[in-house]
Amino acid sequence: MSALPNTIVKLMVRNHPGTMSHITGLFSRRGFNLEGILCAPVGGGADSAMYLMVRNDERLEQIVKQLGKLYDVKSVTVLIDHTWSHAYKDGGEANLFGHLEELLNAFEAEERA
Amino acid sequence: MQYENPRAAATQYSGASLLIELLKRQGIDVVAGIPGGANLPLYDALGQSGLRHVLVRHEQAGGFLAQGIARSRGGAAACFATSGPGATNLLTAVADAKLDSIPIIAVTGQVPMGLVGTDAFQEVDTYGMSIPATKHNFLVRSAAELLEVVPEAFRIALSGRPGPVLIDLPKDVQQARIDVPSLPAPGVPDTPPEPDGALLASMARMIAASERPVLYVGGGVVASGAEEEVRALSAACGIPVVSTLMGLGIMDLEDPLYLGMIGMHGSRATNIVVDRSDLLVALGVRFDDRATGAIAGFAPRARVIHLDIDEAEIGKIRRPDISAACDVRRALKRLNRLVGRAERVAWKAEVTALKREHPLDPPRDDSHPGALMKRLAALAPADALVSVDVGQHQMWAAQWWPVKRTRTFLTSGGLGTMGFSLPAAMGAAIASPDTTVVVLTGDGSMLINIQELATIAENQLDIKICVLNNGHLGLVRQQQELFYGRRYVASRFEVRPDFAAIARGFGIPARSVPLPYDQDVLASAFAERGPMLLDIELPETENVYPMVPPGKSNVEAISASPALAMTAAASSNGSSSNGGAR
Repeated sequence: MSALPNTIVKLMVRNHPGTMSHITGLFSRRGFNLEGILCAPVGGGADSAMYLMVRNDERLEQIVKQLGKLYDVKSVTVLIDHTWSHAYKDGGEANLFGHLEELLNAFEAEERA
Repeated sequence: MQYENPRAAATQYSGASLLIELLKRQGIDVVAGIPGGANLPLYDALGQSGLRHVLVRHEQAGGFLAQGIARSRGGAAACFATSGPGATNLLTAVADAKLDSIPIIAVTGQVPMGLVGTDAFQEVDTYGMSIPATKHNFLVRSAAELLEVVPEAFRIALSGRPGPVLIDLPKDVQQARIDVPSLPAPGVPDTPPEPDGALLASMARMIAASERPVLYVGGGVVASGAEEEVRALSAACGIPVVSTLMGLGIMDLEDPLYLGMIGMHGSRATNIVVDRSDLLVALGVRFDDRATGAIAGFAPRARVIHLDIDEAEIGKIRRPDISAACDVRRALKRLNRLVGRAERVAWKAEVTALKREHPLDPPRDDSHPGALMKRLAALAPADALVSVDVGQHQMWAAQWWPVKRTRTFLTSGGLGTMGFSLPAAMGAAIASPDTTVVVLTGDGSMLINIQELATIAENQLDIKICVLNNGHLGLVRQQQELFYGRRYVASRFEVRPDFAAIARGFGIPARSVPLPYDQDVLASAFAERGPMLLDIELPETENVYPMVPPGKSNVEAISASPALAMTAAASSNGSSSNGGAR
């Protein structure tokens, strides 16, 4: 769990095999931090919704602008500014990472048992 | 997708012939490249199409040839390479186009779809490797996709901030047959967003209120064709102009308000004017570190207006006070109507005085490379294009070659790719067959794409190759002298090839030009149309001055005075790990 405040950036992207590389490549090449990714096809599979957990620091504006330039990215939305734990308590999309963490903890507990 | 005539009978194409047809419809008249196993269907279709092909001798040169066309003529240009090593060889030129925002379309062959991912012969993940080096890239999975991908590739390459687009085309897709009822409309650039009127009015007020404004102009002005608007703004409001390397030629050299190139090798006057400015009007620039020096010390007293078509450039390095992501030409056309006339007598006088007090160090004598630049420029035809390589000679050329118009001084600004000048000159010579192209290269850079002498000879291109030969990787040697305690490592060439003999071996006439220069020999290069090489001896240890030590502010530039240089060397030693040579 990160102590730094995080935020979630939601992308709607064209769903094809190269999209993920374009997005993760942007993060590594520009030295942005990427704390978590969730991605799933929507609308019959032509598009995907992608949730990126990123640090909410002074580079967020650059991240959003650079993501917006990618051809396969159809929209960029910064969901809310919050901490990880705050996100967990929130409802809706921002809660996705909270659910994921819950699931992962449950799996780990199962493996240990 | 728009079809022109849905009732027309379908025409059958192969994927390869369809790609060639779509390139022709985009106005592509020449393609540079090398054939190989995975793009043979493409070459088969090319051979039957009437499209001109230039066979280069290294794929990187094909990419730079396309760049030479795009940089000198404007618009997009295309190049081909086969899969695997063909594609990896091409990538340097593609990355170079990305950093200088040059629209090229690179088409690479790929192993058949069924073999993708099997480590097939000459297979490499071209798509994956080209992601960070392109503006966008496509892996085409069916011939039908070409109907959308090719116009899109051109639209992307030419829209907004231009850049390279790569199309990876598996061999089976090239061979697939497809019935096409009608071809799509060619891709055209998007209309750029209009700048906001209220913002422009605020900018005009900020300019009016400024006592010491400076225009800082770069490649974006060239890309948008805003040269005239920049000159008009400068003239109407009495604003001095500084240029980046990519902006040389925007201003009239004789204009008293023009100060030349800023940054690492700009004149002291130029960098001082920026330092004293209270308003920096940044037009089509990205605050590159070679232009700004240490960013904290760049125009520290100035408010900033930033106009650039790429929104991500705004605030990336320096937070502007007011900005617009828009086409510079459109914005200036409107801004120029909003700004009143201003004389700025005091500021102009100060600028004039600074120019007089701190010009570029005049060449000491005829052996100085700056003097040689002026001499060659005087001998070359007035409308000659210049293609320069990367290193000391590039900076001497930027300082001393009289660049009269934009798109006439081709140089690798962002990536700083040695080996650029020869193949880029080939593109310029092909795009402008009636114009002489002068190559200014070093003995280091020349060896990086020297194989292209074959292409030049084969096509009898009117290229005058000046190898400025100091037997060193000069800018590396200079940095080792100034910042690494004169510990010279791997910067001196123990073997110095006879470039004139090599050129003759390729069928290109050549002369060696030792010091002191024989004017008649220099002039002989320009006596007849066609290729010619001059291997020109340079003093071995001449440095480019002024020079801003890496990591320092522009006003801390060191000059030719050895005492000053020593002080700078002592103070910056050990802190210059970011001092990569260009």
